[in-house]
Amino acid sequence: MELSGAQILVDGLKREGVEYIFGVNGGAAMPIFDALYGETEVKLIPMRHEQGASHAADGYARATGKVGVALATSGPGATNLVTGIATAYMDSIPMVAITGQVFTHYIGSDAFQECDVIGVTRPICKHSYLIKSSDEIADVVAEAFHIAKTGKPGPVIIDIAKDAQNNEALFQYPETVDIRSYKPQVHGDPGQIAKAAALIKEAKRPMLYAGGGVVLANASEELRQLTLNTQIPITVTLMGLGAFPETHPLAMEMPGMHGSCCANYAFTDSDLVIAVGSRFDDRVTGDLSKFAPNAKKIHIDIDASCIGKNVPVDVPIVGDAKSVLTELNKQVSTADIDPWRAQIQEWKQKYPFEYEQKSDVVMPQYVIEKIYEHYSDAIVVADVGQHQMWAAQYFKFTEPRQWLNSGGLGTMGFSLPAAIGAQLGCPDKTVVNINGDGSYIMTIQELVPAVTMKLPLKVFIINNMYLGMVRQWQELFHGKRYSAVDYHDNPDFALLAQAFGATGLRVEHPDDVEPALQKAKGITDGPVVIDFIVDEEENVFPMVPAGAGLGDVIRGLS
Amino acid sequence: MNPEERHIFSVLVENRFGVLARVAGLFSGRGFNIDSLNVAETHDKSISQITLVTHGDAQIIEQIYHHLNRLIDVIEVTDLSTAGTHVERELVLIKIATDDPQKRTEVLQVAEVFRGRVIDMKPASLVLEVTGDEGKLKAAIDVFNTYGILELARTGKIAMLRGSEK
Repeated sequence: MELSGAQILVDGLKREGVEYIFGVNGGAAMPIFDALYGETEVKLIPMRHEQGASHAADGYARATGKVGVALATSGPGATNLVTGIATAYMDSIPMVAITGQVFTHYIGSDAFQECDVIGVTRPICKHSYLIKSSDEIADVVAEAFHIAKTGKPGPVIIDIAKDAQNNEALFQYPETVDIRSYKPQVHGDPGQIAKAAALIKEAKRPMLYAGGGVVLANASEELRQLTLNTQIPITVTLMGLGAFPETHPLAMEMPGMHGSCCANYAFTDSDLVIAVGSRFDDRVTGDLSKFAPNAKKIHIDIDASCIGKNVPVDVPIVGDAKSVLTELNKQVSTADIDPWRAQIQEWKQKYPFEYEQKSDVVMPQYVIEKIYEHYSDAIVVADVGQHQMWAAQYFKFTEPRQWLNSGGLGTMGFSLPAAIGAQLGCPDKTVVNINGDGSYIMTIQELVPAVTMKLPLKVFIINNMYLGMVRQWQELFHGKRYSAVDYHDNPDFALLAQAFGATGLRVEHPDDVEPALQKAKGITDGPVVIDFIVDEEENVFPMVPAGAGLGDVIRGLS
Repeated sequence: MNPEERHIFSVLVENRFGVLARVAGLFSGRGFNIDSLNVAETHDKSISQITLVTHGDAQIIEQIYHHLNRLIDVIEVTDLSTAGTHVERELVLIKIATDDPQKRTEVLQVAEVFRGRVIDMKPASLVLEVTGDEGKLKAAIDVFNTYGILELARTGKIAMLRGSEK
C-alpha cells in the first residue's frame, strides 16, 4: 500500500516500539506532526522548546534503556535540538532525532528556515541521514534505530525533506538490518580475558572502577557478581552511580574531582585498576602523570577508541561489558587482599563526605540527605553544578538507571525535561528532579507540559542564588571576583511554579525542610516545586583542583 | 613525547553522499593531521577508496585507526604502513614556462630522467606528467623549480599492499 512519507515514518516508529515522541511543531515538519495527530500508539508529547524535546527523549532513554525520540522542524528547530543531541552523544545515550528539512529543490539555496543540520551535527552524533525521497524512509528508520541502540549507543539524526514527507511510497519495513560497514564487537577476546583474570589473581591492591558503560550494557548484575565473588573494593563514576549499591561495604563511592577521598587514595595506591565501561575522563583522573602510578590497568570497553586514549592500558578488552564480565566471572579469583581491604575501610571511615550543619540556614547537603530519606527508591534526575555533586555524594544509589545526569557534556537545563521523559517511561516510579537555581531557569518552560500531563514530578531546587560551581571556582582561583554568577535577581520560583499551575513551596529554614518534603509526598496530581533557599557560599568538597593529582585532594573540613 | 611516524591508511567507505565530510571532520575535530588525501570510486561502484597520509606518534596513529573504524560508513581500515609491504604512487602535473627553445630542450631532457611525459605543449609552455613515490616527486619538483613552475597539481598518494597480502 502506498503511504505518505510521514505516515511511513510513523509506522516505522511503531515497528520499533516507540511509545513517545517529544517534539515542537514547525513548517518543515508539519506532515509528520499531521501523521501523529490523534495517534495513540506513538504518543506525541508537545514540549515548549526543542532543547526540552531532546532532553526529554534522552531522559526517557536513560530511565528505560529504550531509544528516545525527538522531533523538530528545520532550521532553528533543528539547531535547538543540538545541545540535547550533543548531551546524548557524550553520554552514549540511544536516541533518534528527527528533523524536517526544506523541500528538496530548495536545499542549498538558503531557503527560509533552512539549515544544514547534517553538517551542524556531524561531530556530535553517531550517525545521520538526509532523506530526499519517500521510498528511503522505512530502511533508514530501521537502520537508525539499530545503530542508535547497538554497540556503543548514541544519537542518530534523520533529516527528512518536506517533499519526502508528503510524497507517497510503498511501505515495506525491513525485518532485519544488516549494515556491512557496522558490526559492533560484543564478545571480548578470550585470551585477553584470561590475561585479566591472571592479573587479578596476582594483585595485592586491586580495585574496580566502573562507569556508565555498565549501566548502558545492563551489566550491573554481572558487575555485582564480580565484586562480590572477588571482594575487590569498587568505585563507580558519576555516570555509573547505582551500577553497584553505594550502601555496600565494598563501595568506595564516586572517584575524581569531587569524589570520595577513599576512592582517590585507592587509585593512588592501587596495583591493579580494573576499568569497566569507564573512560578515564579528566574529571576522574586528575593529573594523568600522577594517576594510579603503581597500577597495572585492565580496560573493558565496547569502544576501542576509548582504550588507551588517556591512560596506557596493560590488558585492553574490547567488548560489551555484560558479555565480557560474564566470561570473566567464570574464571576469576583473588589473592589475599585483606590488608588492602582494611586500608580501604580505614579511609572510608576517616574521610566520609561531611559538612557543617547550621541551625539558621539550610545546608544544601542536608536537603539532599533528607531527600534521600524520603525518596531512596526514586529515580533522581540531577542538573549540572554544585547540587549535582552534592546529590551524587549524599544520595546513596543502589540501582542502575536510578540516577540520571549529564555527566559528559555537563549541560545545564538538562534535568527538568529529562525528568519528564523519565516519568513517562517509568510511570510507576517517583521521579525526583534535583535542580539548581541557574540550571532550572534554563529550561523552566518545560514545567508547562509537566503540568498539562499532571506528572507528579518532585522538582527540588537547591537555590544558593549563584551559579554556584562557577562561584566556587572564582572564590578559590579568581580572587572572589564573582563575574556573572550573581543570580539574586532570579524570580521567586515558588510563586512562578504557581503561575505555571504547579504547586510551589519555598523553604528558608532548616526546620521547614522535613515538613515541605512531607507535603510534597502527598501531591500526586501534578508537579510540585520546592525552592530550597540554601547557604549561599557553601562549597563542594572534597575537591581535586583541575590539573592536580588525585592524591592532592582538598578534603575541606577534615 | 614519542617519535612521530608517517602512516598511510587505506580506507574503504560506502560510496555515499557526505562520507568524505565525515572523515575530514573527524580529522579536524580531533586535531589529527592530513598530509595527503585521495578519494575515488573503486571497481565496485558502491565502494570508494580513501587513501590518507597522516603522521603522529604511535598513540595518535592508533586513535586515528579506531576513530576511522567507528564511522558507520567505513567498511574497512588498513594501516598500510604496518599491515605489510606496500607500493605507493602519486601523479603530478607540472606546467613550465618554455619561452626560449634552449630551455624547452633542457626541460624535456630533465623530464626524460624522471620518466615524465609531455601531455600538452604550447609555444610558451608545456605540461608534464610525472608519476612516482614521494622521494622521486620531490626530486623532480626541485629540479623543475629551477626552470620556473607556472602551475602544479598533484593527486595525493594512492597505495596498495604487495602481492596477495590483504
